[in-house]
Amino acid sequence: MGWNRKVLRVNLTAGTCNPEPLNMAWANDYLGSRGLASKYLVEEIDPKVDPLSPDNKMIMATGPLTGTMASTGGRYTVVTKGALTNAIACSNSGGYFGAEMKFAGWDMIIFEGRSPKPVYLYLENDKAELRDAGHLWGKTCWETEETIKASHQDPLIRVSSIGAAGENAVLFACIVNDLHRAAGRSGVGAVMGSKNLKAVAIRGTQGVSGIKDFPAFLAATNAAKKVLADNAVTGQGLPKYGTQVLMNVINEMGALPTRNHRDVQFEDAGKISAEAMHEKRPTDGKPHLVTNAACFGCTIACGRISKIDETHFSVKNSPKYWGANGGLEYEAAWALGAANGVGDLEALQYANLLCNEHGMDPISFGATVGAAMELYDLGIISREQIGVDARFGSAEALCKLVEMTAHGEGFGKELGMGSARLCARYGRPELSMSVKSQEFPAYDSRGIQGMGLTYATSNRGACHLRSYTVASEVLGIPVKTDPLVTEGKAELVKAFQDATGVFDAAGICVFTSFAWTLADVQPQIQAACEGDWSMEKLNEVGERIWNMERQFNLAAGFTAADDDLPPRLKTEPAKTGPAKGLVNGIDKMKPEYYKVRGWNADGVPEKATLERLGL
Amino acid sequence: MQVTVKLYATLGDYLPPGSRNNRVDLDIRPGTCVQAVVQQFSLPPKLTHLVLVNGVFIPPEARATSVLQEGDVLAVWPPIAGG
Repeated sequence: MGWNRKVLRVNLTAGTCNPEPLNMAWANDYLGSRGLASKYLVEEIDPKVDPLSPDNKMIMATGPLTGTMASTGGRYTVVTKGALTNAIACSNSGGYFGAEMKFAGWDMIIFEGRSPKPVYLYLENDKAELRDAGHLWGKTCWETEETIKASHQDPLIRVSSIGAAGENAVLFACIVNDLHRAAGRSGVGAVMGSKNLKAVAIRGTQGVSGIKDFPAFLAATNAAKKVLADNAVTGQGLPKYGTQVLMNVINEMGALPTRNHRDVQFEDAGKISAEAMHEKRPTDGKPHLVTNAACFGCTIACGRISKIDETHFSVKNSPKYWGANGGLEYEAAWALGAANGVGDLEALQYANLLCNEHGMDPISFGATVGAAMELYDLGIISREQIGVDARFGSAEALCKLVEMTAHGEGFGKELGMGSARLCARYGRPELSMSVKSQEFPAYDSRGIQGMGLTYATSNRGACHLRSYTVASEVLGIPVKTDPLVTEGKAELVKAFQDATGVFDAAGICVFTSFAWTLADVQPQIQAACEGDWSMEKLNEVGERIWNMERQFNLAAGFTAADDDLPPRLKTEPAKTGPAKGLVNGIDKMKPEYYKVRGWNADGVPEKATLERLGL
Repeated sequence: MQVTVKLYATLGDYLPPGSRNNRVDLDIRPGTCVQAVVQQFSLPPKLTHLVLVNGVFIPPEARATSVLQEGDVLAVWPPIAGG
């Protein structure tokens, strides 16, 4: 069995930690991680609950392949009702924390209630204790990890924590583990902060036992690793250039959202690209990039480790940032850069470091700065209100605003609400480039039509990791489709959404899907887990997860009207590039998608669909 | 006539020495197709993966017949991905 069959329930109000058996009937229907934890959440909370109230719950969960020798099997998820979105949230992180949870003998941890004072959870195999975190409150994620390791005299403890952003209810606060990895989106860090839970520290020494058929698992994981190694993308492209290699591709295609989506091509894209990360700087003769890095068990190693220019204005008086650090990855580089018109690579790295240090989602933060810069450009908010000359393209403004937001100072408090609430506050809600209050990632849906449908229908708000049709529409994986047309995108999005649910639920990284199909994942799950895990069943699990999340959102009050894009993307055509003259065809794709999903015209799953999926 | 050729990621090594920003301007004869330019740079076929002209994907089977026009931008990548 891939599961430990054990859940830890932590009642923060009462200060109790109690083990309970994993519901194996649910595991059989939802597999693990995103799927299984969402099932627990759906069963245990009122969908209309205030995300920051004690009645919301937060679940940290692993999948059956987490901690095993399956490549990329280090993922864990944080499932809750999102503070940013008011929708179901599932944020996924790599690093080493997820595997450690599994090694300590747990499949998931359910946090409920609210502690009367700051605490952290310490797990050492079966031992589970809530400890005082008064001395940690106010510390950064980096300081928190260091302090906990020192106080327990154990450098091998793995820590997930919130920084000032989570403590101060920044609505796009994230939960940072292993210094540079994060459960990043939807404001899961704000939920954790609302519970007065500063950190979770885990030491597990039990490994993963109970793989159902170990020889078969060994064969399956080895075969799958060979597929990754032999594939030019996962074996060569991602390790060498990382995700940021997309910057020039997406810019050439005219789908790089620039200056709050006013433009679709960024004149300085080359300066913030993967290629630029490799170039030697004139100041010190060294490239920005130091090396690549891997999460637990990963044989791809797409992560970036970089060193910032010590002479850059942002850090010249702050030596603590001079060492090798995580980033930049594509999404952060875009959100902090092109979205604001900033082409200063070092400034982006500085802002990215502060996001990691203080626990903020760089996508939502950067995109919210972009919205603020447009409000400033239009004269709706003044320099006095913001506290800085927030012109598009200003690296100084970006660096100042990231500090203000992290520390909750001045206008930073308003930025911390996210772009939807910020723009609504100033009477221009249409300027928020978001769906369900969550900011878009780095693909303009006028140039990549399928991503418009992906964003509009994503259960956790605008997100590329719910159905990455870029793989097909841009990269030709598994087959090339035309990014400029809407035909066929309903089916494509559904297929990506359902398959991604299985990858997430298994506890592996969705980046494997650049080389793997479900047919490569299935033998690994089949060998690890009890029961029958056929391709047919896995496809059904993915579809079941999607519909369960949808049902939660409908019960929370969302309707078909929320499956929509901002007016800019529907009425303002792309100005340049291959998509020049095009808007997104969401109004055509959405009804087709509902039909393909087996939902009615209002986006509600038909009775037959729910019955077929056992919902 | 002149076109611009952009070679990214590992293909940058195939640009003439001294090229900046992954690009070079190139004089070609009218009627020159995408495939001919790719061959001129000795790009390994296996690494000639994503080929765009003015941002539009040119599938492998069309590269020998797709004729470049004055001012076109030909951009080529090896197999890459992101997210």
